[in-house]
Amino acid sequence: MTGYLLEFSQALLALLLAPMLAGFVRWVKARLQNRRGAPIWQPYFELAKLFGKDVVMSNNASWLFRVAPYIVFASALAVTFLIPLIAAPLPFDNIGDLLVVVYLLLLGTFFLALAGLDTGTAFGGMGSSREMTVAAIAEPTIALSIFSLALGAGSTNLSHIVVATLTNPGVALSPGHLLAFAAIFIVSLAETGRLPVDNPSTHLELTMIHEAMILEYSGRYLALIEWASWLKLTIFFALLANLFVPWGLATALTPAALAIAVVTLILKLAILGVVVAVVETRIAKLRLFRVPELLGMSFVLALLAVTSSFLLK
Amino acid sequence: MTKFTQLQSALTKNFQELISNVHILRGNELHFQIARGCALKLAQILNADFNAELRLMVANDRRADKGVFEIHYLFVNDKENWYAHATKDLSHDDPTIDSMATFYYPASRFEREIHDLFGIGAIDHPDTRPLVSHAFWPKDYFPLRKDSIVPEKFNDDGTPFEFMPVGGEGVYEIPVGPVHAGIIEPGHFRFSVVGETVIDLKIRLYFTHKGTEKLFEGRAPADGVELAERISGDTTIGHSLAYCQAVESLAGCEVPARAKYLRVILLEMERLYNHIADFGAICNDTGFAAAHSHCFRIRERLLRLNKRLTGNRLLRGGIILGGVGRDFPSDLNLAAELDSILADFNEIVEISLNNTMLTDRLDGAGYLTTKTATDHGVLGYVARASGIDVDVRRDHPFAAYSSLNFNVAKSVKGDVHARAQIRVDEASESVSIIKQALTQLPQGELVAPLGKLPAWEPAFGMVEGWRGAILHWVMADDNGKLYRVKVKDPSFVNWPALSFALLKNIVPDFPLVNKSFNQSYSGNDL
Repeated sequence: MTGYLLEFSQALLALLLAPMLAGFVRWVKARLQNRRGAPIWQPYFELAKLFGKDVVMSNNASWLFRVAPYIVFASALAVTFLIPLIAAPLPFDNIGDLLVVVYLLLLGTFFLALAGLDTGTAFGGMGSSREMTVAAIAEPTIALSIFSLALGAGSTNLSHIVVATLTNPGVALSPGHLLAFAAIFIVSLAETGRLPVDNPSTHLELTMIHEAMILEYSGRYLALIEWASWLKLTIFFALLANLFVPWGLATALTPAALAIAVVTLILKLAILGVVVAVVETRIAKLRLFRVPELLGMSFVLALLAVTSSFLLK
Repeated sequence: MTKFTQLQSALTKNFQELISNVHILRGNELHFQIARGCALKLAQILNADFNAELRLMVANDRRADKGVFEIHYLFVNDKENWYAHATKDLSHDDPTIDSMATFYYPASRFEREIHDLFGIGAIDHPDTRPLVSHAFWPKDYFPLRKDSIVPEKFNDDGTPFEFMPVGGEGVYEIPVGPVHAGIIEPGHFRFSVVGETVIDLKIRLYFTHKGTEKLFEGRAPADGVELAERISGDTTIGHSLAYCQAVESLAGCEVPARAKYLRVILLEMERLYNHIADFGAICNDTGFAAAHSHCFRIRERLLRLNKRLTGNRLLRGGIILGGVGRDFPSDLNLAAELDSILADFNEIVEISLNNTMLTDRLDGAGYLTTKTATDHGVLGYVARASGIDVDVRRDHPFAAYSSLNFNVAKSVKGDVHARAQIRVDEASESVSIIKQALTQLPQGELVAPLGKLPAWEPAFGMVEGWRGAILHWVMADDNGKLYRVKVKDPSFVNWPALSFALLKNIVPDFPLVNKSFNQSYSGNDL
């Protein structure tokens, strides 16, 4: 029973933390750019504003356009039940392993792309086509890098991987782990629509990827999609943090361990947030046709990670 | 002037009695009247043998006093600093001109503009689509005719604008605008695209047509200055100076020496703040937002200096007819301020251009060939980045530029990087020019009296604004009021070149290429 309670509180935590994480990254970026920046809780206000607004919808929008935000949000939320955020192992571990996580994330992307095409606007189609190009290279890379961890742990179950690293801390510095970390870091920038792949703060319709797909959305639909994309950012950061540096995760369900776990999770997310903000400030956006090169590189890293994990096993 | 002797004999040889009333004004302007049918040949001779390019075509409704429409052609020779100004009379009942669109592309645009505003048709014009007028203008409404009546209601008849269709497998269109997501002016861009590669771009402008030229008419010359200042919000000094120089040239007014130097300072301050903001904006469009926020900060420093210089952050009120609006503030150490600003800016430039991810975006993007640039008669930094060596400050010195030393920045690369680099180089030159002007600044009057304007005489003023050469053409009536003012912002010729610079680029690079051009909508649409 406590296990299930834990599952729900972990999902709730991710849901509540996600907007603040996005706001934090924005705030750090603003500071690095010599701006004052909006407060880190600005995304909560944005959600409240959007949920309070009416939905304006194109006459050409079909049912797909209306259900897509729910699917996108639900798939991201479902993932938060399956990944070790504050404790491992979890009761839902047996429901889904890393393959389920990867494909749940892809499900959201897929429906978002369909919704982008649905209204028939030029920008939506453009965004969907670009998003699919990125996703087609990014998704296998995530799966592959996690496989390299799975090889070491002997299981594709995320909790098992975490526990294996905790019991044998040396593997955290193995080449397989380090390469996989680099690969997932690059992919998470692409998947969450950040520089150098996509610019989350641009107003230039023609350069957008993620934002172009959701241009037609407004009101609560937009709120759900925004929230889901912040959730996705949190999920990727949490995967990076907890799969590779699992210390701090509660292995026993005591209040003290859980409290430590929550604090360390927030710390890890904040550190990654600062790293991403610094990276985004230092680099420019890649020319679109260079993006596959970057993602190709991350795929090669993932491949090397798997190979080295296999050879060093 | 010996050149004019040669030119005059060439005109007599080729046209005989078709050219009349040849006279030299203000030393380097050859004015003459041409008969129907010689304009094209004249343009060809001036272009081939005398290196003079058609820079302006002005239509003028003089049916009330002279019974005709006039067309004025202004040819400019940049190497030897002279002008040829040809005037042609057209009958009042069926005014038409022979098109020279196929000879010179900007003429095509001038002729379409004249058609829409005056109802003067260009015979054999290859492109009969409207330029200025949109579908909701009544077909017989020609606003710059003196007897035109503004219709009570404008109704859009729903006719779509004819864009040239682009066909083929996998070609699709992306319509963008006229309303954009950012805070920018309206313009419609239609991309024909294969995958992400642009194979054609058509630009439809004139959504901000405000009837600016019409608003000049009937004003007292002094009242035209504040209108000129507002032609394009970022080019206050450029336009007001071109306007004042045109009127002063007409009145034969010699501006006091101190005012000439102060005009240089104001014009360069305008160039400086725009170039620095543009550099940041170009970086921002590659996602390098840090450079943008710092350039914006530096721009703010400059705007505050502008306020101390003229009382207005955008330098409004800086230029008045016959001189300048205010004396240089005695408590301002402008040279030191600008040194510090330039050092600040150069640091940002260094950080940005040493970032290979950023320069990778700039290099090779939006390549405008020298040939295309020449064919379009482009001006300003767009021209100088594509290997065309033009700068009014050097070629036709105005204000105090003849006594100042400066280099004209140029490049042959023709890409976004080159256009960004030209801005960086020109910013340094501007600071150097201002510092020279400050050391040389003579004492004396700020304003010279203007006197009454001679009636029915054409005159013009040309200024190197920060975007390029700005031309104002004026004519006064019997009462000394403005009868006709024609404005040409460099955007008029630079906008069409953007379509060509974008070919073979990918769609997501358009904003970057567009920003490197940064042309004015308002200055073009008028």
